[in-house]
Amino acid sequence: MGDSIKKRKDPPKLSRRNFLKSISATSVGVAAVRGEGMVGQLEKAGILEKDRIVGPGSVAITLLVNGREVALEIEPRITLADAIRDYLNLTGTKIGCNRGACGACTVLLDGKAVTSCMTLALDAIGLPIETIEGLESEENKLHPVQEAFIEHDALQCGFCTSGMIMSAKALLDENKNPSVEEIKSAVSGNLCRCGTYPHIFKAVQDAAKQMK
Amino acid sequence: MSKKEKVFIGIDKDLKEFTVEVPDTDPKPWDGKSDLKHIGKRIPRIDGKFKTTGRAKYTYDIKLPGMLYGKIVRSQYPAAMVTKIDTTRAGKAPGVRTIVNLYDELPFAVRFAGQEIIALAAETAHQADAAARLVAITYEKKPFVVDLDKAMKKDAPAVFDDIKQADMQGSKNIREPRIHPKDSDGKTIDAVLAKADEVVEEVYRTQVQTHSSMETHGVVASWNEDRLTVWASTQGTFRVRDQVAEYFKIPKSKVRVITKFMGGGFGSKLKADVYTMLAVKLAKKANAPVRLMLDRKEEHLATGNRPDSQQTVTIGAKKDGKITAIKLKSFGTPGVGGGAGTSGPVKNTYDVENIYTWEADVYTNAGPAAPFRAPGMPQGAFALEQAVDEMAYKLGIDPLEIRIKNTLSDKVRQAEYPIGAEKFGWSKRPKQAAAEKGVIKRGMGVANSIWYYIYNSGTHVTITVNDDGSVQLRSGVQDIGGGIVTPMAMVVAEELGLTPADIELTIGETVFGWAPSSGGSQTTAGVTPAVRIAAYHARQRILEIAAKEMETDMQALTLESGKVFAKNDQSKQMSWTQVCEKIPQGEFSVTGERQPDYYETERYKISGVQFADVEVDTETGKVSVKRIFAVHDCGRVMDRLTTENQINGGIIQGISYALYENRIFDRNTGLMVNPDLEYYKIAGAMEIPVIETHIVDLNLAQSSTGAIGIGEPATVPTAAAVANAVYHAIGVRIRELPMTPARILTALGKL
Repeated sequence: MGDSIKKRKDPPKLSRRNFLKSISATSVGVAAVRGEGMVGQLEKAGILEKDRIVGPGSVAITLLVNGREVALEIEPRITLADAIRDYLNLTGTKIGCNRGACGACTVLLDGKAVTSCMTLALDAIGLPIETIEGLESEENKLHPVQEAFIEHDALQCGFCTSGMIMSAKALLDENKNPSVEEIKSAVSGNLCRCGTYPHIFKAVQDAAKQMK
Repeated sequence: MSKKEKVFIGIDKDLKEFTVEVPDTDPKPWDGKSDLKHIGKRIPRIDGKFKTTGRAKYTYDIKLPGMLYGKIVRSQYPAAMVTKIDTTRAGKAPGVRTIVNLYDELPFAVRFAGQEIIALAAETAHQADAAARLVAITYEKKPFVVDLDKAMKKDAPAVFDDIKQADMQGSKNIREPRIHPKDSDGKTIDAVLAKADEVVEEVYRTQVQTHSSMETHGVVASWNEDRLTVWASTQGTFRVRDQVAEYFKIPKSKVRVITKFMGGGFGSKLKADVYTMLAVKLAKKANAPVRLMLDRKEEHLATGNRPDSQQTVTIGAKKDGKITAIKLKSFGTPGVGGGAGTSGPVKNTYDVENIYTWEADVYTNAGPAAPFRAPGMPQGAFALEQAVDEMAYKLGIDPLEIRIKNTLSDKVRQAEYPIGAEKFGWSKRPKQAAAEKGVIKRGMGVANSIWYYIYNSGTHVTITVNDDGSVQLRSGVQDIGGGIVTPMAMVVAEELGLTPADIELTIGETVFGWAPSSGGSQTTAGVTPAVRIAAYHARQRILEIAAKEMETDMQALTLESGKVFAKNDQSKQMSWTQVCEKIPQGEFSVTGERQPDYYETERYKISGVQFADVEVDTETGKVSVKRIFAVHDCGRVMDRLTTENQINGGIIQGISYALYENRIFDRNTGLMVNPDLEYYKIAGAMEIPVIETHIVDLNLAQSSTGAIGIGEPATVPTAAAVANAVYHAIGVRIRELPMTPARILTALGKL
């Protein structure tokens, strides 16, 4: 059995040594969290524990996915995308490039859209994670963004759709009345090779109206 | 036996009566006077819920008990002999279960960086990746060439030394040319060109484009005794089945290929490939299911691409704009593959008596080309449609006018031009190029599309109606994103008086009836007629059962909006479910098969015209497409919503091709420098212009549904229309793709 990492309640102390160590392991992932300071994120996630080294073997962690706490044992190198897909079997999240360029793996981490292939699962400890599977209500009612994507045919092959919807949701959670330019900007990290963008823009505008 | 049916055919509402001979087993084909409830309307795709909730399972998502992860070890060099492969360390690496060879004997040649050498399977994907790096391969490096121009030179290294070449210009890489008309030496056309009032002769170049589907190529292979199941991200379930059966010498009946959801293909996923066979081999040897999905880099290197081109177009015309001759000489590199021809537009777009085309593929040490959305056409249109534009400016004729004048025989095109011109606002365009003052200049351009009407007869579907009223439709066809399931359900609903959501579809398994590969824009044209014939048979059975219950003749009954009623007395009726309750044994099944077209239409080709409105920043060289207006035709439109989406997608891929995409090789190492999605640039949300579409409805009644495809025509003219608009904006021709800021600034003399 591996080590166990849990969310820390008390704020960890930041030493130069473990700060640098943490950066090497987590800077990419944390950088993917838009708009929040890195140190804050590290502290919040409980990564900055004093002189603690984990890996390369598996460690037991708990993630908060779609409102539920799930326990899993993973190697520290496992990305959030792989953890979600391979360990939790939530395969709605896709991987298109595995290096943060296509956005197919977009999930919401603490409410922000992140590329889960560029986020280590360990970086997500203690933060709410929302995937495409979490958008439906318990009564199987679709989220307005999902409804609008179907209604406007904002998809073709569907492989980018989960990520596209998550980026759109992140936008609408923050901005109730986005302009087309703001919508374009919000999904600009999500590549759709089929070229469904015009319908996506319409769907997100329509979803915004429905959510009012 | 057949029957004669009177139908109304024509463009939009311009209809004429016509008689078609239809097999007795088929319904009267839908024609210009058919009043349809679902067909032609905007219907959201019926499987949208699966794709928007993450429930859709792609090949990428298949996970089987005990499944291993495969990894291919590929050549690091563009040209070499592999003299030794040492798998000792890899074989001992954690989790590795099996290793398979691709070639039985050493040494063997590798001809591009990324070529498959050996494969292994391990318990996790990480273990497989790690072990693959431990395979020690000894190479004897050889000279290579990755560049079209260099490959055509006399002293260029030969990519293949064992294949007979045309020996053109002394290069060993130029293959036997394809010449049209056959055996012509081109002297006749030169004589015609010599007599022309005006001649345009220019060289146009296009780049290599990779398909870059969101779901990479891959399969999951699983053996059960002597039976094999392959989940494949493919555009052709049956083709994969046939190839796998042939390669492993097993009966087709033992192979099942499954493609439930598929993350894009664009032509590169039409066949089984080396990775398919390696996965099947690994699964056999390891006696466990094997998942082998390629990564993004492998995708760029080895799974196909649109070849580049260097095309010399010569056009001769009279003073009044009548084109008298078009000559094309074209070279292109499909890497180590084939299919770099570009002559489609030259041969098919214009009413020109004298056409001569000469096309040769040129081998380079690069991954093989594969069909890519309208193979050869966007390249060909980029050259031809600019050359025609150049002729128009030279003669002082409106670029739209010269097109109208030279396509008079194409009635559909003639109907499309005025619609496009009016809705786009062509008349507001300044006559002169570079008419605008200021740094940012606006321009408008037009270009013709061209593609073929392709279908295969033989598609075979089954419909089952149950006594609880439910309806199932089964077909082996795969949905690659075009959304074929929705028209299929719409057709059944139309015929049975139900709604599309009432129809339960099961597709994407070769154990169901044969269906064509989704390539050449043939799926809708091939599949929907079979569905309608099956649905028509189901309708007959329902009417028969109802007639018995209602003690009347079935000819006196009709089936509409969920009920059967007497044509002359609507009070005599039974609901759909009431009739279904009476089905003997609780269910019946009927089949439908796509027959050859009822007659040969004039529409062997698909037309279409696109208008582009661009802005060019003459200081930064940046081209921004502001608006595209597209007019297309695809026979009878099935689902107007998904059709519009398909056209948008074609246009966006065309813009991407015009301005951004480019496979770049390092000439010194022969390696691709941008095998990813950050430096291989693809148009994204920020680059999308306003796109407006108009579909000219064609009523042909050539099949029971009259459908024709649209996937490919929509991408053919976009790059050319943008290029023509760029010329109109800045007054300088950009004859090379992609039209990057550097090329614009160079053309403007600023670099």
